[in-house]
This record gives sequence, C-alpha cells and structure tokens, in this order.
Amino acid sequence: MSPTLTDATPLPAVATDGLSILESPKSAAETFGIPLAVLAELTHRCPLQCPYCSNPIELERASSELTTEEWKKVLSELAEIGVLQIHFSGGEPTARKDIVELVQHANDVGLYTNLITSAVLLSRDKLKALADAGLCHVQISFQGNEPAAADRVAGLKDSHRKKLEIARWTRELDLPLTVNAVMHRQNLHQLPDIIQMAVDLDADRLEVANVQYYGWALKNRAALMPTLEQIEETSRLVETAQERLKGILAIDYVVPDYYALRPKKCMGGWGRQFFNISPSGKILPCHAAETITGLDFLSVRSNHSIAWIWQNSDAFNRYRGTGWMPEPCQSCEFKEVDFGGCRCQAFALTGDAGNTDPACTLSPLHERIFKTAEAEASGGSDRFIYRNFAGGTPEAGSGDAS
Amino acid sequence: MAAPRPRNISVTEASRPILPRHAKLRFDETRQRWVILAPERVLAPDDIAVEVLQLCDGARRVNDMVDVLAVKYAADRMAIMTDVIAMLQDLADKGFLVEAREASA
Repeated sequence: MSPTLTDATPLPAVATDGLSILESPKSAAETFGIPLAVLAELTHRCPLQCPYCSNPIELERASSELTTEEWKKVLSELAEIGVLQIHFSGGEPTARKDIVELVQHANDVGLYTNLITSAVLLSRDKLKALADAGLCHVQISFQGNEPAAADRVAGLKDSHRKKLEIARWTRELDLPLTVNAVMHRQNLHQLPDIIQMAVDLDADRLEVANVQYYGWALKNRAALMPTLEQIEETSRLVETAQERLKGILAIDYVVPDYYALRPKKCMGGWGRQFFNISPSGKILPCHAAETITGLDFLSVRSNHSIAWIWQNSDAFNRYRGTGWMPEPCQSCEFKEVDFGGCRCQAFALTGDAGNTDPACTLSPLHERIFKTAEAEASGGSDRFIYRNFAGGTPEAGSGDAS
Repeated sequence: MAAPRPRNISVTEASRPILPRHAKLRFDETRQRWVILAPERVLAPDDIAVEVLQLCDGARRVNDMVDVLAVKYAADRMAIMTDVIAMLQDLADKGFLVEAREASA
C-alpha cells in the first residue's frame, strides 16, 4: 500500500497533464467530474505488518470483501462513467485469488491497470499471467535496502530478498516499475543506497514517500517520526539525485507534512478528483476517511450508482469546496490551494474533521503538535506496534536495542 | 553493477518511434478527447500531437511521417520536420516514446 498515492496528488499536474485540462476549475465548480483514477483496495489481508500501514486500524475481514463478480461489475461501471485508470491495492491485492481475472477484466473494459503490491506473494508465473492479462504498471513497496532492517519493518522474514527478485522479474517481463520507498526516522539514513537500489533494479520511477501520520502510522508516530535535520538532509539528497539521474530514474518526493509550512492538498481536495473503494465496497474520499466518525459512507452494494455516491452523498459533500471551512481557512488566500489540508489528520489531532489541518502553521494547534513531534523524533522509542487484524501487536523484545 | 543507461531516445529523421507498452493513446468518450495513459498520469495531447502519435506505429520513420503530414496539410516539409521532431523529442524526454525494437528497415 502506498501512502504516496493518496498523500501526494494522485496525478501530478504539470502544464501538459490531463488534470489541468480534463478537470478545469470551471467544470469542477458545477459538477464534480468523475476522477481520472480510482484506487481499488481489493482486500485488507496482507502478509506484511508494516507499522505505518495506511489502512484503517479497523481492518475489514475477508468475509466482507466484494466477490469477483461484484468487483467486475464495479470495474465495468467505473470505465463506463469515465474513470481511466485503476490502481489495484490493499492490503495486498495479490492475496486475492482472482487478481489475474480482475486485471484482465479491467483491461477488457479499457481501464489502465496499475498493481500496487508488496510483491512477496508473487511468483514469476503469476507475474507473467498478470502481464498477459494486460497489466500496465507495477509498483513495489520497499522497507529499506538492508535486508534485516527491512524485514524487521515489514514484520516478515525474507521479504526484502523476495521483493528484489520480483522487481527483477517485473523488468524482465518489460513491465514498467515504480519503487515505493516508505521513509521514516529508522531508515532515512539508507536513502542514498535505496536510490542506487532503484537504479540497479532498472526502475522507471522512485517514490521517496515519507510516512504520513494517521491510522497505523499515528499509532507508531513516536517510533517513526524523523528529526528536522533528517528531513533537511533528505530534501538535499533527493534534489541532487533528481538532477544526477535525469532521464534514468524519475524521483517523486513526499515530505512529512508535520515539517511543512503549509498543509498538503490532501487528495487534491476532499471529493474533488479522487475516490477509493474499500474491500467491502465502500466509496471513500480517501482511504483513511473511515477514521472520521460521524460520516456515513455508502457502498457499491447500496441502491445507488457509483456516480451518484460521488456526486450526491453527504460524506462527499461535507468537506467539498470551501464553504465548510472555519477560520483561519475561510479568509485564507491559500484556501483553494490546499483546501484546508487533510480532514483525517484534522480529526485525528483535533477531534474535529472540520478544523484546519494542524500541519498548517496558521492552525492554532500547529505549535503544540510540532513540538510533540520534535520531542518524539529525538526521544521516542524505536519499538513498533505491528499492523494486524487484532488491533496491533507490540514488537517483541526491546526495539530500542538497535 | 552496470552504469545507469539513459532511457530516452534522441529523435531524428530516421527514428521509428512508438509508444512504449506502458503508455496508451486512447479516446476518452466521457470527456470527448484523446488522452495518453501512463503510470500515475493522464496526459491530454492536443490535436496535432494526436495526429502525429497515431502515425507512430513503430514501422514508419519520422521521415515517412513528415511526408504524410506535408501532403495532408500542403505545407513546407522542412518546417513540419522541425516541429514534428521537437514534439516527438519532448514526448520521448517524458518517457512516452521509444524506438521500435527490431533492427530491420
């Protein structure tokens, strides 16, 4: 699962990009155009237990997952209403036995398919079958480049070696590869080696994605939060590498918003250009949205069409646009630049999703939260709470020994 | 460890460019326009780019493509060549064009 997909704008908006043309502000003001890309979280099952997982703490069980036929119907409906790309994610999407069938169906109905995977469940044959089914792109998450340290973060032995193997097969099959490196205090020192690893793997793209702190990552914030010095060094390293590797490896960079001056334009704005579908079929403005209590998210199993839910449901309209904003957002000149930041973060840190995201320096709570983060970065325990269906399990032994 | 290899082609009159597997040129029925679908991105090429891209089948050389366009628009061949190479190079630099693989002419 990639935090980047949702935390950065899903589709970068440069001058020639479709976003700026296909989703002009004018059309968005009247009706919200159907997103170009949708994230399908096929399952919350995953062999990894990463402490920063972007899934909700309350994971959806296998028994509640949409069936193969339900997913196919959803994919057809998405293509019909104008979605162009589908990102298959999770949990681990290849934990679904029907993953090849779903990729094939998505391809048949004209969707551009992207697999966001931890890779450890894949075999060469499975990857080949996915390529033959029309898979367009593979994104593999890495927990670092030192096998023992990476396996510790993933909570799964031998996972790093398998990831490397599958990344090589991906390129052998001529599938484009993105390496997604999730960065935090305990692995930021590996960044130069991770960049080289991506080059050696012949990846097309590297996402240097700093952890964003909600859900499992918020639970593990003390163990993950980087220091300000680390972030400054990271930014410098990324900039240098971007210049040096022009034409060889594209590097996308997501900073942790605790250290930014302005909040991130989360999801490109609530209900503006993105939605995801949970394993049980709920249509969500962002995959962390269910952490906000008091919102009723409708499912594809309801009587409503996906387009209706996107356009008309209360959950999508609640924080759309700028009308809902309190001060200091309401009178802020940046209100249509960042749309008030992240609703889930506002809820997690202030108890009200309608507040200004405290990542913003203009939030009255920013100072306090920044200070907390700083203290955690320098004095927090390195011990993880692993992600699982039991609500989390503390790392065995003393994680501080490292 | 091999030295990093540049991925991007340099477009010349003799190039036979083609969209790579991960870039798909499609007509978007909902928005009634052509798009290029690529990893994490959707591009909206203008009408001229679409026309040129449709000629990029991996068999035609840039030279042949310019012939087609020069006849169609009854325009100066050299001017078209300059524009087409610039446009294709721009797309190649962004990773949306590669050189057709087989060696035969």
